[in-house]
Amino acid sequence: MRVVLAEDSVLLREGLIRLLEASGMRVVATSGDAEGLLRAADEHRPDLVVTDVRMPPTHTDEGLRAALVLRRQQPELAVLVLSQYVEERYAAQLLSSATGSVGYLLKDRVADVTEFIDALRRVAAGGTVLDPEVVSQLLLRGHSDPLDRLTPREQEVLKLMAEGRSNAGIGQELVLSEGAVGKHIGNIFTKLDLSPAEGDHRRVLAVLHFLKIRSVL
Amino acid sequence: MKVPRPWSARTWLDTAHVVTGLPIAVVLAALTVVLAVLPPVLRRSVRGLTAVQRSRLAAFLGFVLPPVPRSTAWRDRRLWRQIGFHLMAPVLSAFAVVLVCGLWGGGVVGLTAFLQPVLQPPPGVFRFDLRNPLVASLYTAVGLAMLMLAPIAARAMAVLEISIARALLGPSHAELGERIENLQESRAGVIDAADAERRRIERDLHDGAQQRLVSLAMNLGLARATLTDLPAPAKEAIEQAHEEAKQALRELRDFVRGLHPAVLNDQGLDAALSGVAARSPVPVRLRVDIAQRVSPTIEAVAFFVVSEALANIAKHAQARAAEISVRRRDQWLTLTIVDDGRGGASMEGGTGLRGLAQRVRSVDGSLHLASPLGGPTMIEVELPCE
Repeated sequence: MRVVLAEDSVLLREGLIRLLEASGMRVVATSGDAEGLLRAADEHRPDLVVTDVRMPPTHTDEGLRAALVLRRQQPELAVLVLSQYVEERYAAQLLSSATGSVGYLLKDRVADVTEFIDALRRVAAGGTVLDPEVVSQLLLRGHSDPLDRLTPREQEVLKLMAEGRSNAGIGQELVLSEGAVGKHIGNIFTKLDLSPAEGDHRRVLAVLHFLKIRSVL
Repeated sequence: MKVPRPWSARTWLDTAHVVTGLPIAVVLAALTVVLAVLPPVLRRSVRGLTAVQRSRLAAFLGFVLPPVPRSTAWRDRRLWRQIGFHLMAPVLSAFAVVLVCGLWGGGVVGLTAFLQPVLQPPPGVFRFDLRNPLVASLYTAVGLAMLMLAPIAARAMAVLEISIARALLGPSHAELGERIENLQESRAGVIDAADAERRRIERDLHDGAQQRLVSLAMNLGLARATLTDLPAPAKEAIEQAHEEAKQALRELRDFVRGLHPAVLNDQGLDAALSGVAARSPVPVRLRVDIAQRVSPTIEAVAFFVVSEALANIAKHAQARAAEISVRRRDQWLTLTIVDDGRGGASMEGGTGLRGLAQRVRSVDGSLHLASPLGGPTMIEVELPCE
């Protein structure tokens, strides 16, 4: 697996390279800032990008912005975002376009080497990895379980959303027009009590509802 | 004005103030007149003359005037007000001395009138025949009245001089306004600086200690995962070090987040508050309506208010749900935090509400608390956005 790594702390970057290489991945390029990451991802066309959120020059959320750009430019590229803090807003933004091939983890998780490498592999394989802390934050908001109010069709749509399909992808799979998919999604949001004020969150929340239910089963 | 008793310390000080006032005022007025021959010298020394009066007022009356700034130009109105005071002071003091000393002196003489036949003063001091007991006791009564009046007169003179000194030697209305403005500016500076300092500490910890700890925890994790054939004690030591490193990371992260959440800088109140709301053990309904971001300082205060309020609710309110709304209307950011808990919260309860109110006031905001017993509790905070 070919990986591009963006992390501005040299210490941590070296450590991550060692860790990834020890696990049989190949770090084809590294960068200390977001611009370098975009260039490297364009040049090397890796399977997976691992990036820190906070990087020079502004030390705010350029890593996250770069990840969003990459997901738009190369939809097949898997992206794992590492952050010192998890913020549900960041998670929502990452998952707003599609929910597959993406991960968002607390930096601390690299300490649990085996789990971390496992998460990388899952993201690269098209899965979604959200930090347990984000998930618990988002699930705290849920009250009773309205999932069983969904029609079978809506549940199918939700399941595909959870697998990271875009509206068009869901339409293809279920042989529906994109407009019909949009209508189903609107119904799902309503039934899950996700008001339009939640904006970008709704897709994530809906998916998380689904993930929660499924993991219980 | 409280009527002082003739024998109280206040009376002695007031009287001493009046008595010392005359010679001092005469000397200062004379100096002012003499120095007027050399105007630049006068201009520079007026402040010194005023200082003498300031110390007299402070010593006897405990009235402290703010120090007078140096006058640099003749058009400084303050300079002329001081000169006016020094020229007028002898007249005022003379009047005060005559009044107060006259009352004291007259009182003593009148009170002792009945001794006159014994002492045989020179003829003419008392116009009436003091051997007549009726006349003598009249004198005594008048003397007693004068002694009672003397402290009141001394107090009145002191109060009169204080108000004149305040008007002529103290800062003018415009100067006070300017001072308030300066104070406001410097306070805002201090608050902004403290806020910037918190952000700097957060950044330093993020760039330094946190990265190092992550790296340490990762290396220990790597050792734990790969060095499987070590003797048991060594393995245990590595495991323990690994767990401790992770714990240190968690603690540091919580601390830094409380200091100043990075997401507040990056994406503003809405994002930062939804994080806080999500972490709250009491379910929170959050509504944020801010079209345009407010200043970093106000954002920090608003964030602090909401996270403290939610912590309070979790700790004390026994609430089932809370609702937070944040709105910006023109120049005001309004935060409303409502919970359905048991109520009875007060500023005195040591629940951190006082700290909240202080932090709100520091930016000229206001905090209103309504918390009847049995609930619900509502905190409404208004913060200026300019």
